Amino acid sequence: MRTAEALRMAVEALRVNRLRSMLTMLGVIIGVLSVVILVAVGTGAKNAVESEIAGLGSNIILVVPGQVGLGAAPTQSRLDLADVAYVRRVVGDPSKVTVAVNSGEPVRVGRVEVFATLTGTDENMPHVFDRPLRRGRYLTETDVDTRRRVAILGAEVAAKLFGDVDPIGRQVTIAGVRFRVIGVYETVGSTFGVARDQEVHLPVTTAQRLIGLPRINGIAVGASGPDEIEPLRQRVVAALDARYPGEKFSAVTQTQLLGTIGTVLGMLTGVLAAIAGISLLVGGVGVSNIMLVSVRERTKEIGLRKALGARGRDILGQFLIEAVLLTTIGGVIGILTGVGGALLIRTVSPVPASITWWSIALAFGVSAAVGVFFGVAPARRAARLDPVVALRAD
Amino acid sequence: MSRDDGAGAPAFEAIGLTRSYRLDGGVLVDALRGVDLRIGQGEFAAIVGPSGSGKSTLMHLLGCLDRPTSGTLRVDGVDVATLDDAGLAGLRNRTIGFVFQSFHLLARTSALDNVALPLVYRGVPRAERRERARAALEAVGLGHRLTHRPSQMSGGEQQRVALARALVGDPRVVLADEPTGNLDTRNGEEVMGLLERLNEGGVAVVLVTHDAEVAARARRQIRVRDGRVEMDTAEADTAEEADA
Ligand SMILES: Nc1ncnc2c1ncn2[C@@H]1O[C@H](COP(=O)(O)OP(=O)(O)O)[C@@H](O)[C@H]1O
Ligand SMILES: [Mg+2]
Repeated sequence: MRTAEALRMAVEALRVNRLRSMLTMLGVIIGVLSVVILVAVGTGAKNAVESEIAGLGSNIILVVPGQVGLGAAPTQSRLDLADVAYVRRVVGDPSKVTVAVNSGEPVRVGRVEVFATLTGTDENMPHVFDRPLRRGRYLTETDVDTRRRVAILGAEVAAKLFGDVDPIGRQVTIAGVRFRVIGVYETVGSTFGVARDQEVHLPVTTAQRLIGLPRINGIAVGASGPDEIEPLRQRVVAALDARYPGEKFSAVTQTQLLGTIGTVLGMLTGVLAAIAGISLLVGGVGVSNIMLVSVRERTKEIGLRKALGARGRDILGQFLIEAVLLTTIGGVIGILTGVGGALLIRTVSPVPASITWWSIALAFGVSAAVGVFFGVAPARRAARLDPVVALRAD
Repeated sequence: MSRDDGAGAPAFEAIGLTRSYRLDGGVLVDALRGVDLRIGQGEFAAIVGPSGSGKSTLMHLLGCLDRPTSGTLRVDGVDVATLDDAGLAGLRNRTIGFVFQSFHLLARTSALDNVALPLVYRGVPRAERRERARAALEAVGLGHRLTHRPSQMSGGEQQRVALARALVGDPRVVLADEPTGNLDTRNGEEVMGLLERLNEGGVAVVLVTHDAEVAARARRQIRVRDGRVEMDTAEADTAEEADA
């Protein structure tokens, strides 16, 4: 018997029992659908975080006091501007070192008030981070040295406070002190849940006075190339360890962050996919079950086919193809609905679901394999039926 | 429909054929206890006998659906002991056509596709299959029922579809187990007429029946009792010839 013939028979058999075929497929559909969607969501989350990190700029090393790691408690900073100057000397190129001191404060224009993240920084910030301006200018050395009361607004802060009005040159009140707006940043989105469009940048010296503490929260160093990152990181950490014996400093690179986050999210995606895979397996058990019922029900048909000249392997092929067809049709429907679901999630929710071809190919391959694996036992039972007994069955 | 029977080998040749079944308790039931039988090409024989005498068992052996426990069976000159299961399937497909008491048609399949089924397992291309199935249905007077399903046909029509299926592959023998058992007299009559016509075309017909009237229409009667051939008119004929 030809394969085309067996395929036609299988399609016919599934068509005849349309409802049952659909219900059996449902298990496979749900399994495949959840594999595709969960992998899409996991991959999307990973991609989003990775592009956030990459969007910071390139070759950045973040120096913070204490131990950085998952679950480590934040450490009280003991770093100040003298330490920034020290790191500048260690690095050699002062323009590639910048600073951050953070605080949350309300920012007001007239009656409109928004809560913003204040970041005190300096004129080197744009040399280290990738932070394009929409209008106006960056901070200058003079702004920092003379503690000018000037501010650069994040895109969202600017929009909320000024709407369509150009904010450059206008006044904002931060913690009761009046500042002049000198720039507005482009929209950049958020990094690690930090909404960077809600930031307001001030000269670090001004910010320290506003907060009332002469401390800084961290130092950022820009390496000149990817190969420079690791040696530079080690040099900076060693220098700070030498300056403050007995204390710990951490310098995290983007590569490290990407690696850690990639591993965590990759593991998460794997676990989700495995759970979905189990439901696919359960769907396969359903297929096996229904195929056994089908073989029993069609005992007479099998006996007749054998009487008419079907060999054991013709019957085996027929039932195996039926099972595989059941799971692959289920797989295709699952893939289509899964892709549809992922696209829907992407448009109606902030989850950046990203469809990956390997998950689709894998889901299809696994559903076909499930059909073979769970179809073999029923098909062999059918193939071994004794035609005399089968024809007698009533 | 006539074919060249020059090969000379009889359609069936059974020597000391036995078949025993082992019941669940381990008890052996001897359904056939040594059957010697020779049915020539183109013969028309009826196997009769009381219920449980072994008629169906014999029929299944002749039809290569089952293997004898002991003894030799040659079908169309081929010793079935030399064939594996696939070989038996091929032999059934090429040389034997079956007609069953309860028709055994595929319920959700058209008459045409039911009739074409044996050709599927012979690897005949679809177009040719359909053409031959149509011709076979026309030969049994069902040219107007090609797309009907079994449930849309009378019992007599269904048995004629089964008959068309038995002859579509040009078999040497048609084996019919109680072919008229589920039919009224008129339809039974029609089916018998078709079997007779088939036989006139050179195909051997072996039928199992309870019905003395049906058996009488065969040229040869073989009576089975307790798993043995009790009476065979063919042997009587040869005996008469010898006497003459
Ligand atoms: N599969 C089987 N298992 C056990 N005994 C069987 C089986 N098939 C037939 N027999 C027995 O063999 C004998 C002959 O049966 P069968 O050939 O069907 O008779 P008939 O067709 O003449 O009524 C009966 O005694 C029957 O019970
Ligand atoms: Mg019987």
